[in-house]
Amino acid sequence: MIHRYKCCGYNIVMDVCSGSVHAVDDIAYDIIGLFEDLDKDGVIKEISLKYPGVPVEEIEECYEQTVSLKEAGKLFTEDTFEPIADALKQKTSGVIKALCLHVAHTCNLNCSYCFASQGKYHGERAVMPFEVGKRALDFLVENSGSRRNLEVDFFGGEPLMNFDVVKKLVAYARSIEKEKGKNFRFTLTTNGMQIDDDVIDFANRECHNVVLSLDGRKEIHDRFRVDYAGNGSWERIVPKFKKLVDARGGKGYYMRGTFTHANPDFLNDIKTMLDLGFTELSMEPVVCAPDDPSALTEEDKPAIYEQYEKLAELMIKRDKEGRPFTFYHYMIDLTGGPCIYKRISGCGSGTEYMAVTPWGDLYPCHQFVGDEKFKLGDIYTGVTNTEIQSEFASCNLYAREECRGCFARLYCSGGCAANAYHATGSVKGVYKYGCDLFRKRIECAIAVAVDRALREDDENSDL
Amino acid sequence: MKHIKTIQTRNLCESAKNGGCGECQTSCQSACKTSCGIANQKCENKKESK
Repeated sequence: MIHRYKCCGYNIVMDVCSGSVHAVDDIAYDIIGLFEDLDKDGVIKEISLKYPGVPVEEIEECYEQTVSLKEAGKLFTEDTFEPIADALKQKTSGVIKALCLHVAHTCNLNCSYCFASQGKYHGERAVMPFEVGKRALDFLVENSGSRRNLEVDFFGGEPLMNFDVVKKLVAYARSIEKEKGKNFRFTLTTNGMQIDDDVIDFANRECHNVVLSLDGRKEIHDRFRVDYAGNGSWERIVPKFKKLVDARGGKGYYMRGTFTHANPDFLNDIKTMLDLGFTELSMEPVVCAPDDPSALTEEDKPAIYEQYEKLAELMIKRDKEGRPFTFYHYMIDLTGGPCIYKRISGCGSGTEYMAVTPWGDLYPCHQFVGDEKFKLGDIYTGVTNTEIQSEFASCNLYAREECRGCFARLYCSGGCAANAYHATGSVKGVYKYGCDLFRKRIECAIAVAVDRALREDDENSDL
Repeated sequence: MKHIKTIQTRNLCESAKNGGCGECQTSCQSACKTSCGIANQKCENKKESK
């Protein structure tokens, strides 16, 4: 299967199953488009009619290049991976690599678009006691097999509303990791309201990654991200984020925003983040009920697509100016990305990744917390709801019929089970709106990667 | 004349022969977890030939 498209001035051909990517001229673009439908003579005839000034020999040469790439397994490669779709999950069955610790089911902001109902997850406010968190870390170590790197996210609600416990949990993890042969990687996701010097020092010393919530422009951010008195939070958090990032010394962080129906022109929010001096950025499309006023609509889609293209162009422009920045969804490592097993096995929710509530219940992921039927068990007795876990374990790429014809399937692994469930009632469904945006992002991400690769080639050939 | 420039990529078919160690970061495609999507992960199998 191939996918052809034009973006950022490039004609790009993706060979989906081999992972190959080609930048081609107009003639090759058209030849590859006709290749599977016509024989050689038919292709040459069509192309000669369309490009009357181009010698037939040149068209034939281009046709032969296409044939060579097919023979080399870099064009028109078939999908033969279905038999190994279960292999990775079977091999690592019972091994948990990552936990999302809900250390606070409460929040000091009252954002109406919050998927977690203002941090409470449709339940009562709660914070995780140290003993629960400690047991969760022990549970992770006990169930991690020979896996050395263990990932723990401090999540909420707002995790800094339980900061003392977060600090104690990290200290506990550090005290056991050597003896247990493990390496904890911590991530903190925060709205920034309670960032102070103590938090900055802790985050920069202990956290592998910090995710900072900022929606971009002040008026956009303050539309949703308000405190319980209704006051916007932008003025209070931006100086704190700046201080934290300045002190971070190059360690990982993301300035992460959400865009909604109110700002499909989200590139302006990304530009605001850049103007503030942040360079590791993400903007995520809101996921909410279709009748929610902030929900993205079909009418928003063309504008969003255009924004993604302009964002790719901005990245290329700033690359050339020596002022690069990172956009989370355009980070793609064409030479060092995941193997095919990983790409087809589906997300890790419910198997290698679970969420832990403040009282120690286990859920397939943070998005299912609060929906009792998805409760997997708890950190004291482990997974007891094996029926639900099996459903997530079998949730690989080929479990979703809709994915079979999609060119982006090896870059999303079938997408988010929670989004699928909320959109269709099944974790094996697909959230079509999200898929459309994802496909656009992957096209743009690959265009930026193509530009970088070709410029690198040019620079090397100039040496 | 070169009509097609092939960008260097990992060969996914080859990775079916030698991949699958499971050492990579766990993945989550949810919008609120900006840290672990499939597309931007790195292979953590240092021994494997790419």
